Amino acid sequence: MTQILMPALSPTMTEGKLARWLKKQGDTIKAGDVIAEIETDKATMEVEAVDEGTLTSILVPEGTEAVAVNTPIAELNGGAGAAPAPAAREPAAPLPKAEDHGAVAATGAAKKEGAASIPAQPAAAAPEKDWGPTKPITVREALRDAMAAEMRADPDVFLMGEEVAQYQGAYKISQGLLEEFGPKRVIDMPITEHGFTGMAVGAAFTGLKPIVEFMTFNFSMQAIDHIINSAAKTLYMSGGQLGCPITFRGPNGAAARVAAQHSQEYASWYAHIPGLKVIAPWSAADAKGLLRAAIRDPNPVIFLENEILYGQTFDCPTAEDFVLPIGQAKVEREGSDVTLVSFSITVGLCMQAAEALAAQGISAEVINLRTIRPLDIATIARSVRKTNRIVTVEEGWPFAGIGSEIAMQVLEHCFDDLDAPPVRVCGEDVPMPYAANLEKLALPRLEQVVEAVRKVTYK
Amino acid sequence: MSGDNRARLLALYATMCRIRAFEETALAAHRAGEIPGPLHVSIGQEAVATGVCLNLQADDRITSNHRGHGHALAKGAGVAGMMEELFGRAGGHCRGKGGSMHIADFSVGMLGANGVVAGGIPIAVGAAQGLRMLGSSAIVCCFFGDGAINRGPFLEGLNWASLYDLPVLFVCEDNGVAAFTRAESVTAGAGVLARAEALGVAGVSVDGNDAAAVDDAASRLIAEIRAGGGPRLLHATTYRLMGHTSTDPARWREAGEVEAARAHEPILRLRARLLAEGAAMKALDAIEGDAWAEMSAARSAALAAPWPDLATAWEDVQDIGAAQEAV
Repeated sequence: MTQILMPALSPTMTEGKLARWLKKQGDTIKAGDVIAEIETDKATMEVEAVDEGTLTSILVPEGTEAVAVNTPIAELNGGAGAAPAPAAREPAAPLPKAEDHGAVAATGAAKKEGAASIPAQPAAAAPEKDWGPTKPITVREALRDAMAAEMRADPDVFLMGEEVAQYQGAYKISQGLLEEFGPKRVIDMPITEHGFTGMAVGAAFTGLKPIVEFMTFNFSMQAIDHIINSAAKTLYMSGGQLGCPITFRGPNGAAARVAAQHSQEYASWYAHIPGLKVIAPWSAADAKGLLRAAIRDPNPVIFLENEILYGQTFDCPTAEDFVLPIGQAKVEREGSDVTLVSFSITVGLCMQAAEALAAQGISAEVINLRTIRPLDIATIARSVRKTNRIVTVEEGWPFAGIGSEIAMQVLEHCFDDLDAPPVRVCGEDVPMPYAANLEKLALPRLEQVVEAVRKVTYK
Repeated sequence: MSGDNRARLLALYATMCRIRAFEETALAAHRAGEIPGPLHVSIGQEAVATGVCLNLQADDRITSNHRGHGHALAKGAGVAGMMEELFGRAGGHCRGKGGSMHIADFSVGMLGANGVVAGGIPIAVGAAQGLRMLGSSAIVCCFFGDGAINRGPFLEGLNWASLYDLPVLFVCEDNGVAAFTRAESVTAGAGVLARAEALGVAGVSVDGNDAAAVDDAASRLIAEIRAGGGPRLLHATTYRLMGHTSTDPARWREAGEVEAARAHEPILRLRARLLAEGAAMKALDAIEGDAWAEMSAARSAALAAPWPDLATAWEDVQDIGAAQEAV
């Protein structure tokens, strides 16, 4: 027999009203079922069961006011290893919608009230689909395979960019595509990013789905007018008449010893723009599954690859129809003491840091964002409610960076869960220096991540 | 004058009158506080859009610039939807979210006005390439001003169109002034035709205030494009009778310049020609009167039309995707 106790919804809560029972005596209950609603003067919360069993008796009838915290409210029969405390869950709160700024503030308040002192029993994330057998491939192969698969499936998809056809890609991403699809669908462009990005928009206006390869995203700055003014805004400006299904892809972030103009991180530039989706894969599976999703997406998508990752090998599902959903982060490593959030190449750095921290007795959870916009704040918040600490890691500059945005959203969604202020590990706030030792200094380093974690864990 | 020719001139006259009446009506509405945003009107330049678009077919596409009301009307965009768009009303072509500078009507192949000078050039070239990939025989007509030829996309777009013999008619509406600056004071070399020819794009110059001459020139160039001859450029010289925007009185122009130009403005010129060739004044007056009545009715309708529902401010940003779950 397990007793379910009246939960505390905040550190200051001493009593509350048991507003409603959603289960009745004799009901079979699974972990995660919402069994009751509790009200205080500040918020309404749902109470979730953490154990399985049969509800044998309700000890406090619904409508009872001033039920003291920790009063037994019901009894549950069955379920191995039953824990006594139920988990309360916030009312399902969608991400803030712009049409209701008032509601954002109110939701934030409710969250503070609700989430503060609840035992850490975060709602579980839906498990990622099991795609079956995998084989090791490089990120480079994954990207090529994704484009080839989508081009086979949809004759409207074509690739354009500098060096993509005859030369097979400046970084050899488009190997074999010219041979398979011919020069009408694999098109070498002159060095005219502004021009050919505008052309991609025009082609999209006729119903085609261009993939635009930037030799590196550094050169997308020449084209940013068309990316933002034409691709991202047309659906809105035209009142929904026509969108712009273009995938803009290429290497982003620091390369090696190419200095300031050829080594920078564009995630926060593009993530700022309503109308764009922004993806930054780490593994080969990310690259393949998300590039396929990006090409199919009806919106313009910025797909930020990383030159240094191109040659790295990861296990990738071999299923013909393998694709990953845009907007879902992945917990790469589970942990309980701190949440490390990153994307692209620095996910690898976080995995190394988690290893190093484990040796010091600190359990780090590593979240690979995979998509920057729309941001999967649900996965981040779920983790922070468990670990109560967050460190973000990115190559980009700190000011108005992705880490800044994540920190703000964490404050909005789970302020009371934090046991320490969020900490950002970023690229240094300088243009990328050339000299190897200075370049190393300018990029996030393992010891910085470890130090940041020690800071938020007060160790 | 043959009957066919007379009918064609009357069609040109009617379209020009409609463009003029639309813009004069919109300006009056703007001055009356009914239209919230600035307008870039093409008063005095109507012959270019009119003469070119008379040679386009329904599935041909156009791209336009910030001074694009005439292009849109000449391509067949609905007047009611255009006027409501200027008024920022729900029934506008863009549901009130585009306004004058972003009017698009994809249903008639009008791929959008563009608030960025030269922005439409690569879009036109890409549309032409897309149409070819899709096996369509349609062509694309790209309107831009003299200011655009100093921007990079002019080179980038013409280079590509020429290299691939794409079916694009580039139309440079040369009104001699880029915003508030005389184009000649900021433009080197022998001009737009010479630049185009250097890229292998043949073209002609035409008096852009002579609607029949524009029609003739466009007709020949478009026939060459449709025959697979690749891109062409039409350089149409014209004169902007009004300021850069609806709020610019253009006092910076020399006294008498505008008055002198009025003697050559395209509607009066075509009217004079039609009368000289025996058209009935009553018939021309009726065409003009119909145009004004049509636009006046559109203004009244737009003024009475509902504003966009506030919820639409958050619509059509994009298909948001999957991450909208509970946090």
